[in-house]
This record gives sequence, C-alpha cells and structure tokens, in this order.
Amino acid sequence: MDNSNYAQVSKRKAIVGVNLLRLITFITAVPVIGVIVYIIVRGAPALSWEFLTAMPRDGMRAGGIMPAIVGTFYLAIGTAIFSVPLGVAAGIYIAEYASDNRLTRLVRIAIINLAGIPSVVYGLFGLGLFVLFLNFGTSILAASLTLSIMTLPVIISTTEEALRQVPNSFRVVSTSLGGTRWQTVKNITLPQAMPGVVTGIILGLERAVGETAPIMFTGASFFLPMLPQSPMDATMALPYHIFVISTSVPGMPVQIQYGTVLVLLVFVLGMNVIATVIRNRARARRQW
Amino acid sequence: MEMVKGERWITWIIRISGYSSILFVSLILIFLAREGLPALGKVPLGDLFGTRWYPIESYFGIWPLIYGSVLVTVGALLIGIPFGIGTAVYLSELAPAWIKNILKPVIEILAGLPSVVLGFLGIQLVAPSFREFLNLPTGLTAFTGAVLLGFIAIPTIVSISEDALNTVPAMYRQGAMALGANHWQTIWGVTVPAARSGLLTAVMLGVGRAIGETMAVMMVTGNAPVLPSSWNALFLPARTMTATIASEMGEVATGSDHYHVLFFIGIVLFLISLAVNLTASSLALRSKKRAERLLS
Amino acid sequence: MKFAARIIALVTLLTLLTACAPTSNGSTEPPASTYIQNKGSDTIVNLALAWAEAYQSVLPEVRISVTGGGSGTGLTALLSGTVDIANASRKIKDEEIEAAQANGIEPVEHVIARDAIAVIVNPENPIDQLSLEDIARIYRGEVSNWSELGGEDRPIVKLSRETNSGTHVYFLEEVVRLGDPENTEIFSADTLLLPSSEGIISEVADNPNAIGYDGLGYVTAEVKMLAVTASPDQPYVLPSVETVNNGQYPISRDLYMYTRADAPQTVLDYLAWIVSPEAQKIVTRLGFVPILVKTAGK
Repeated sequence: MDNSNYAQVSKRKAIVGVNLLRLITFITAVPVIGVIVYIIVRGAPALSWEFLTAMPRDGMRAGGIMPAIVGTFYLAIGTAIFSVPLGVAAGIYIAEYASDNRLTRLVRIAIINLAGIPSVVYGLFGLGLFVLFLNFGTSILAASLTLSIMTLPVIISTTEEALRQVPNSFRVVSTSLGGTRWQTVKNITLPQAMPGVVTGIILGLERAVGETAPIMFTGASFFLPMLPQSPMDATMALPYHIFVISTSVPGMPVQIQYGTVLVLLVFVLGMNVIATVIRNRARARRQW
Repeated sequence: MEMVKGERWITWIIRISGYSSILFVSLILIFLAREGLPALGKVPLGDLFGTRWYPIESYFGIWPLIYGSVLVTVGALLIGIPFGIGTAVYLSELAPAWIKNILKPVIEILAGLPSVVLGFLGIQLVAPSFREFLNLPTGLTAFTGAVLLGFIAIPTIVSISEDALNTVPAMYRQGAMALGANHWQTIWGVTVPAARSGLLTAVMLGVGRAIGETMAVMMVTGNAPVLPSSWNALFLPARTMTATIASEMGEVATGSDHYHVLFFIGIVLFLISLAVNLTASSLALRSKKRAERLLS
Repeated sequence: MKFAARIIALVTLLTLLTACAPTSNGSTEPPASTYIQNKGSDTIVNLALAWAEAYQSVLPEVRISVTGGGSGTGLTALLSGTVDIANASRKIKDEEIEAAQANGIEPVEHVIARDAIAVIVNPENPIDQLSLEDIARIYRGEVSNWSELGGEDRPIVKLSRETNSGTHVYFLEEVVRLGDPENTEIFSADTLLLPSSEGIISEVADNPNAIGYDGLGYVTAEVKMLAVTASPDQPYVLPSVETVNNGQYPISRDLYMYTRADAPQTVLDYLAWIVSPEAQKIVTRLGFVPILVKTAGK
C-alpha cells in the first residue's frame, strides 16, 4: 500500500518533470523561430535590387546599403587571408606535431583564453596595436587583423578536432610507406579532415562577419560616399550599420532597419547552413 | 636532400603558427597594460574604485560598472541556467530523433545571431513590451539586458551540457533503470549528478559569454552608472563595463586619463574572462580525469 | 576529397568575384578625385552627411567621407592629422589646442550652423512648460515624480546623451549648472545615458514617464517639445528658428567645424560653400538654425 503510493507519487513527479523539461525547451526554441520569422516578414518588403546595389541616399534614409554589404565582404576576406593559413597551421601543429609537454599546455591555455576574451577587448587591443602603434589608422586592414585574431581560436580548435578524427591507422600506413610527417599531413590527414576544417573556417568567419564591437574603433565608418579604395581606408559594414541606423539616424524608416537586419541574417545564417551541409555530406561519405 | 630541407621550413612555419596563440595573448596583455596601467598613476586608487562614474568631470569610479556587469550577468544566468541545462537534458535524455533534428539547428541559429541583431530586437520589441507588461518606469533596464544575455548564453550552455551528459556512460542509466528507477529519477538521481562538473563548465563558459557581451547590452540597459539602492535593482537601468568601453572609447582623446581608464577597464574584463575560462577548463579537465578513473 | 576540393574552388571563386565586382565599379569613377575626411559630433553628423551628398552635385570630383563618434573623436583625429575637418558641437578645449600645436597643427574654427537644445517629453505628458531651474532639479535628481511639477503621479525617467557628446556637456553647463561656472553639480547617477540622439527620441516617444533633451534637428512629431524659460517671470518659449535667432530661446549654441590653418584649397572651398545660402537651406531642412541671420547682423 505504502509502496504503491510511493510509486504513484514518483510516477506523477516524473510526468510533471518530463513535461517541465519539454516546456523549458519549447520556451527556449520558440522565440528563436519567432524572431527569425518576424525579421523575414518585416524585412522582406525592403529588399529590392536597388536596396542591395545602390548607395544610401538622403542621409541613409533611402537608397541602398551596398557599401555596407561590400564592406562586410572586404572584412570577411581580409579576416580569412590572415586567420585561415595561421589557424589551420596552428591546428595542424597541435594535432600532428606537438608532444604533450609544458609548452603545448601553454599553447592550449592561450587558445582557450583567446576564445574567451570579450569582443570589445579585442577592439581595444586592435585600437592600441594596429590603429595607433602600427599606425594603420582606422582601416580595413586594422579591422581585419583584429577580427582575425578573434577568429583564430575557432579555426584552430575545429582544425585540430577534424584532424584528430582521422584514424591513426592512416598515419601509420603513410609513415610505414616512407612518408615524412609533412607528407602524411599534406597527402593523407589534411585531405581527410578537409570538410571539418572548411566547416571550422566558415563558422569562424560567420562570427567575424556578425561582430560590431571589435570594428567600432578599428575600421568601421558611419557613412562613406564611395567604396573603400584600399585596405587603408575605413569601410561601412553591416553590423555597425545596423547599430548606426537603429540608434543614430533620426526618422529612419523601420522597414530599412529590418531589411538591413535581414540581409545580415541571410549572410550569417547562410554561412551556418553551408557549414552544416558540408559537415553532414562529409559525415555521410566518410568511409572510416 | 632538397625535399628534407623544404620539409624543415614547413615544420618551422607550422610550429611558429602553433605558438602564435601565445604570442597573441601576450600582445593583448601587453597592449592593454601599456595603455591601461598608466591609469593607476594618473587617477588615485581610491577614486578609481570610487562609486561615481562621470568621466567628463574626472569621476572615474568603476564600481558601478563592475556592479552593472555582475548584475546583468547574474540575471542572465537566472535565465540561462534553467533554460540551457533544461534544454540540454531534454535533448540528450528525452527528445525523439525528429525533435532533435529540428531543435539542434534552432540552437545553432541562436548561437549565430549577431549581438547587434539581438540588441536591435531588444530596442524594437523587448524593451517596450517589458515596460508595458511589468509596469516599469522604463524598459531599458538591467533585466532587459539580462534576458537578451540569457539567450546569448543558452547555446553555449546547451552544447557543452549536452556533451557532458552524452559522456555519462550508458551503463549508469541502465543500472538505475534496472533498479526500478523511472526516467525522471534516472535523470535527476544519476545522469545529471554524474555530469555535474561538465554542467558547471557549461555554466562558467556561459558566464564568460555573458560578461563579455557588448552591443546587445549597450543598446538595451539604459547605461546609467548606478550602484544598487533597492531590492529591485534588476528592474532599473544599469551600465556594464563592456558598454562603457564601447560607447566612450570612440569619443575620448587618445592619451587622456579617461582613455587610460577605459583601457584599465579592459584589463579588468580580460582578467575576469581569464579567471572564468581557466576555471572552466580545469573543471573540464578534472571531470575528464574522473570519468577515466571511473571507467577503468 | 574531390568534394572538399570543389568547396575550396567555390569559396575561392566567390572570394575573387566579390573582390573584383566593386573594383570594376570603381574604375568608372574619375580617378583623380579629391578626398575630404570629415569626422566628429553626432549632432552634426546628419547635417554633414546631407552637405556631403549635396556637394556631390556641386563638385562631383570631390569626395567627402563623413563619420560620427562625437566631438572629442573628431577633434582628436584632427589634431593627430588623420582628418581634414572635425565637426564639433562644442568649442575646442585649451588642452586640445595645445595637443594640436604640439603636432604642428593650428586649428581654425568655423561656425557652420546653430542648434537649439529642445527639452522633450511624451505627448501624453500634460506638462507643456518648465523653467530651466525645474529642468535642472529634475536632472540633478532633486525631483523624481511628475506630480511635484504639477503633472501626473508618474516616476520621472531622465534621459541624456552619453557624457562625451558636446550636447551633454552643453546641457550640463547651461542647464544642470544653470550657466554658473562655480557650480559643480552633475547629473544624477540614475540618468539613463543613451548612445545616441535617436535613442532618446524613440524612448521618449514610447515612454510617458520620460524626459529628454536633444538637438532641435532630431526632434520628430512623435515627441512633445516643452516651452522653456530662463526665469519664471519671463515668458516660456518654444524652440524655433526665430526664437533662437532673436535670442528668446535660452538654450541654444553654435555648431562648429575645425580645420587646420594650412588646409588644402578644396577644404576651404567646401567650407565656403557650407556657409552659402544654398547650403544653409539644408540646415533649415534638417531642423537646425542657419547662421546667415547672425553673420548678416555682425
């Protein structure tokens, strides 16, 4: 009697608990979907060929957002130029070369730290080192370098992880056929790990593309009447542009604000989708 | 012979790239120190840790800013911990495959949302509705920032908690079930406790994510540098360290006291994130060792 | 592997395409364009933007980049030699002049427009007028409920621009301290500091508890301007072009552009155009007060 009562109570508890977890998950997920749908609904009417390809007019209250889109591309490319080779090489070092010693542990701690430093602190650092000390001025170069260092830990750790997933037997075979360490990496492990590496690069750049704080004092500009002509020019960029038009321009049409947000979302989520597709296809094709 | 020579070059390049992270962390520290430590010489220590932040009249008290960051972060955790860990438990222990296939991308989308987009939505939707529904004097409050930050921290907490739960050996659950525990009892009695250090890591990294967040917070918290005067401080405006740097750095004269103090705040933020991340990684390491010990 | 190679090829291709596209656009523009860098006050930025756009039709070969950030930002950039024109909504400080001279730069001041600071509330707020003394008491935190000023029983939410904007400094000196240089009162700590002028307008438009101040150029129909008086025995005056220029409205100021004394001719031409009647029409359109009346009176 006592026992079955206990069982009933705990069963009821279990039902309540499980439903509570369902509810919690629901409350977490629904706003995300809701927000995406809302931005699409509010932003889509603003999208047009002109919006994407024209210069802003009338104090940015009309016309397009082309310079911000192009600027974001420039920053993404600049970031990739610096962070991809360095990040992939560092990932290779940790996965394939480093032995487990104090220095390697220090490298790991450094990477964990880089990943955790607040984005605004990267902005300060970029201002101190690139803009002022190296005298690059507020420029695409300074902003790209700042974003590169911020992106580095993402690329390093995904590269490392992708390389570690390649079975050790591959390496053993390559080495036993007389391959040096670099030949093994170049011909065997890196190609096998490539989808994972590319996924990591895209995810890293996705983060860079969406960031505002690191570029605020290193390269972003409120308004430019023309596209930047060299890496030493400042540039407009989508995230900073969203900040500007949602806080600093009087009488800014709401539609343009949502439209700009939508464009940035398409960029960021598009990269996310590409990364997911690459990862899933590679997983499906993998033979080991 | 030539090939070996080429290989030596490549090995060196890879090795140096590997060490570059140490170089960058050192550079960041050096440049923060170079621009931030002069603040200690120019502003008396008592003033620097004073209670009033009003830089144009040389009130450089950073306590209200530290307090603002802590308040907003604690608020974010009140939301992020139950919802993040709850979602992770549901995903890893209960959800059928088709729900997982929907929810995981949703969490990834949330992780990918730029903070300026969340800040934008905060101004447009969240702040006005909070003022209306909670009947607050203004919607630009620490609470509004905390809710946005909670959502920013959730993906971090979910993914790391989920990893931690997944590494709990299946035999733990089977054992509990075999002893007659139901699903719920297994989760609370066995799986979650077994993964607790992993969950703690998740929470720590969530803290790191929240305390360093800038744009969303700057756009919705009202940025008033106050110290708490009553119990409902969470529902009043606050000003975080990150927002202070972001909104004032662009306007200060290079080399002024104010400039150095902002870099000094950068050092404080750097040290906090250092502490949080080292704690998180040592927790993760300890749980890994413990799992190995238990399994062997 | 083939798949991975294809991805890399695709990414490279995309990169090249996007890298090339704007460059080919750029080549259609005249190569020998002159470039004027203009940076500073957020109060002026929209005006500067409108001028820069309009100047394109006057002299298409001159390109003007406009950046905000605040008066301090612009002046710092001017004295470190990285911009040609600094926009400022306050006068240059002595320290800034010294720093400029240390870099071999002699800053020159140009008054380019006038601005009234409008004190604004939500249209639902029944209060229509306040004295400067009342406004000062509100912002110092001595009055915290609208009922103390004859309004509804609502808490007062005080909004201000960030501390480094020229508007904030002006408001501090002329309103919170009532123009008394001996006075060391400052804003109450619970004043909300919003990063921008637009943020103040939208919060006031949304929030019946709020009071804010902003340059006249930013004020929209969504908010209500208060009539203001320097002392209660004088008439309360709403800000407008007339009341600013005839000196009736008590809180108004000059807006400036600073250049170096040895500025290139293109910059001087641009500044000469800015004070022309044609350019000053834009000033009126954006809600600021043109300077022509004042200069004519001199």
